Amino acid sequence: MGSRASSLLREEDIEEIKKETGFSHSQITRLYSRFHSLDKGENGALSREDFQRIPELAINPLGDRIINAFFPEGEDQVNFRGFMRTLAHFRPVEDNEKNKDPSAGEPLNSRNNKLLFAFRLYDLDRDDKISRDELLQVLRMMVGVNISDEQLGSIADRTIQEADTNGDMCISFSEFIKVLEKVDVEQKMSIRFLH
Amino acid sequence: MQTMGFLSYIRPVFAIYISCAVLALLAFGTTTEVSPKPATTKPPYKSTALGPINTVPKVFPEPEKTYLPLFTINYPRVQIPFEITLWVLLASFAKIGFHVYHKITIWVPETCLLIAIGLIVGAIMYSVHEQPPAVLTSSIFFLYMLPPIVLDSAYFMPTQAFFENMGTVLWFSIVGTLWNSIGVGISLYGVCQIQALGVQDINLQENLLFASIISAVDPVAVLTVFEDVNIHEQLYIVVFGESLFNDAVTVVLYNLFNHVAELPVVDATDVLLGVVRFFLVGIGGMLFGFVFGFVAAFTTRFTKKVREIEPLFIFMYSYLAYLLAELISISSIMAIVTCALTMKYYVEENVSQRSCTTIRHVIKMLGTVSETLIFFFLGVVTITTDHEWNWGYILFTLMFAQIWRSLGIVVLTQIINPFRTIPFNFKDQFGLAYGGLRGAITFALVYTLPDTIVQKKLFVTATIVIIIFTVFIQGVSIRPIIELMNVRKTNRNLGTINVEIHSRLMEHIIAGVEDLCGQWSHHSLKDKFMRFNNRYIRKILIRDDRPESSIVALYKKLELQNAMEVLDTISGDISAAPSLISLHEEKTSKSSSKPKKPFLASDLIAMHEILSKNMYKIRERTVSYTNKHALPNDSRAREILVRRHTSIRRSLRARSFQGSEAMRSQKYFSLPLGQSLDYRSAAERFCHNGDGDTAFELSSWSARPRSKQPRLSSSRTTRLDTLTEVHSVASVEDEVREEQRGPGPSHVSSSSTDSRPRAPHQRYGSSGKLSIVDSDAEAEEQQPVPPPSAWIPEPPDQGSSGPQNPLLRRAQWKPQDQ
Repeated sequence: MGSRASSLLREEDIEEIKKETGFSHSQITRLYSRFHSLDKGENGALSREDFQRIPELAINPLGDRIINAFFPEGEDQVNFRGFMRTLAHFRPVEDNEKNKDPSAGEPLNSRNNKLLFAFRLYDLDRDDKISRDELLQVLRMMVGVNISDEQLGSIADRTIQEADTNGDMCISFSEFIKVLEKVDVEQKMSIRFLH
Repeated sequence: MQTMGFLSYIRPVFAIYISCAVLALLAFGTTTEVSPKPATTKPPYKSTALGPINTVPKVFPEPEKTYLPLFTINYPRVQIPFEITLWVLLASFAKIGFHVYHKITIWVPETCLLIAIGLIVGAIMYSVHEQPPAVLTSSIFFLYMLPPIVLDSAYFMPTQAFFENMGTVLWFSIVGTLWNSIGVGISLYGVCQIQALGVQDINLQENLLFASIISAVDPVAVLTVFEDVNIHEQLYIVVFGESLFNDAVTVVLYNLFNHVAELPVVDATDVLLGVVRFFLVGIGGMLFGFVFGFVAAFTTRFTKKVREIEPLFIFMYSYLAYLLAELISISSIMAIVTCALTMKYYVEENVSQRSCTTIRHVIKMLGTVSETLIFFFLGVVTITTDHEWNWGYILFTLMFAQIWRSLGIVVLTQIINPFRTIPFNFKDQFGLAYGGLRGAITFALVYTLPDTIVQKKLFVTATIVIIIFTVFIQGVSIRPIIELMNVRKTNRNLGTINVEIHSRLMEHIIAGVEDLCGQWSHHSLKDKFMRFNNRYIRKILIRDDRPESSIVALYKKLELQNAMEVLDTISGDISAAPSLISLHEEKTSKSSSKPKKPFLASDLIAMHEILSKNMYKIRERTVSYTNKHALPNDSRAREILVRRHTSIRRSLRARSFQGSEAMRSQKYFSLPLGQSLDYRSAAERFCHNGDGDTAFELSSWSARPRSKQPRLSSSRTTRLDTLTEVHSVASVEDEVREEQRGPGPSHVSSSSTDSRPRAPHQRYGSSGKLSIVDSDAEAEEQQPVPPPSAWIPEPPDQGSSGPQNPLLRRAQWKPQDQ
């Protein structure tokens, strides 16, 4: 939380981000200093290699895709707003929020949006369907070298079979939601951000 | 067939083992108190039976002529080294024996096994009425056996995680040990007052001394049993740090109380002096260690020409720090620990890869040997010495030790939890408290107590009881208990495959995002330190490196090694994620013809099993350090990195060739070692080289620009251009050609430049290095690609925007002419 960093972030920006994402003031400043420390080029935006510099991400099996999720469609740079917007998906769902404002649109950290984040990690071509191959790719990334292609293929087949209700051999987003209905996604896809 | 292999392996090992035991037995035929020798533990070898042979010419009335003896045995000459060697060999065979059956090492900490073997040998010795030699003296222990153990623990401490948790670690180790010692000491003193036990002659000082000895906990020994069990990751580093630092605290307290115990009367000034001395000693040790660490790092800056003796510097400096600290009676353990911690970061950057490996291996070796010997000796002593049993005292000791430790953990956790980013829950605390096995140092300390302490034998007995109790009972039972506690976590109810896969996906996402946010530490402090580090310290201590070639060369070297290893170990092919081409193929050929297969229940169970066994667990940063007796294992990280590279390379190549033969050959990325690759033809198009050497092939990966997997879209032709442009860059070519000439990876590593790329954060083990090198080296060529996916690799700025990579500059290329 260097003062140098936070001075670049204006109060009105903080307020806007707060409204949009629901983070608290201190969380925003803290994350800003993190953003700033990642931003080696000091141009107020992060590029992909800024993310790749984080070593833990390099050995995360899904590192590349997670990084990619931060960049909106077709862009190479993400500014702080975008950064926070993506991170907002991981904010824990608080109970009092559920009743707040049904007309204001779904908050970024709703269950649906969390699931959408995960879904998008599979669905790279954004056709709103997880095809068998997309599934295979992610499976292969998550699994060690000891599984043969056939085994993985049958696992993928089974996955699709379980989820697919309309017979198109792909998992659509609604099917995805349905298959995970028993899973406590709000808890699994939440990070306890430090204050 | 497997059992046959098992048996055929077992037999020779046991044969050797038994013959060793028999040899040892032969030694005990007649008691020989061999003259005390400054050697480590060894059953005295029989010499008197052979003695007469040597003395024959003298004893008998002189014959006319003494013939030249054809065959003489001069045992005393080699006695010391011989016995040491035999003993160490015996211990090593024991270690081999443990790992024959893998399950043992999971369920039983290795310490148990060592002590068990020691007990067996002790039993043998006892049965032939032999005494173990009085060799574990104070000086031998402190000067020869303790430094390797401590150096081992210190060197393999994951520094980054350690610094993130330093407060917690120091809190638990220092305050915890103090708490334990003083608590147990005072309670025992209270117990001593009870008439019935008959131990009134132990005064407070001696009780405190004894208490400080038995509070030296070694919980690392328990980590091996946590291999499969899901333990809070931060616990690992606390356990590591605790076991390391409380050795230091214990030894300091030991010396302190030892001195105090000899005083007839203790008054307030003595106590005050004691406290002051404690801090002085500790902090002095640390400063000492820092100084030596820096000097060592500085020295390695100039060792480029003397690669072979580079490891020597590390050892000598650490040992020197230790000895000098002993000289001026400050905490030698703290000195060697801080020396190792400081040194490691800079040295590993200056020193060649081989030296680095050598250093690690030797340190690990020395440490385990030393510890093994102590445990062996413990086992032997247990059986062979005559103990002084005092049930009351011993039982009370046991009880108090447990109580105070648990209490201590609970209280300390309560105090420190608010300061932690991730607080400890009950399960962690239980693991910490219950996992407090006593280790080798406890035994050695008590055994080397001065004889002025009246009840020394009682202390020894009590310590042995505690050690054996904690090691055997707690060590073996902790795993089932933890598993029991974990059961409510693992949902035995098999969810669907979907749930399993997607849950794991989500866990990985969360781990990734958490790392991204840097949630674990207070970054500002670390960043400030890193900035200071980069700006000043590294300039002094790190050898000047030439960024481009060193990065490239080292990257290649590491890639080669890793690729070799991965290829060696895997059975199937490293099927990276299918590239777009194969994707396309699959779609056309398979999707239509695939009927809906009904899956049997057994298939499902098999699937679940496959997934649970093979899916990567999340965030294994410190897990690689769980096993104290093994080197850190970073194969998983390597797998991931290697796979990323291969998939990228494949997709890249796939993109540039539209021909079908190329497609087919690339569908399965399998590189049997040494075989000439089909990719050779593919490679030719890319690169100017025709060797089919796998080594070369793999090395040319580094020349490929990185790009993301299937999302690469339209800029195929442009990428080719970039590639050729990139390859025209001189230094890359040079490196590549250099390797082409080299006959293999080994030459590459020797011919490549030695300095390493600077790492923004020097990390644990080569997995970390790999990842840094990865991001470092991928930056050799820039390859900006229009929308969607690929990114612009760039050398991570080492805190100074200074030497911009000319390599990079030239390769910079904007996609305007797409």
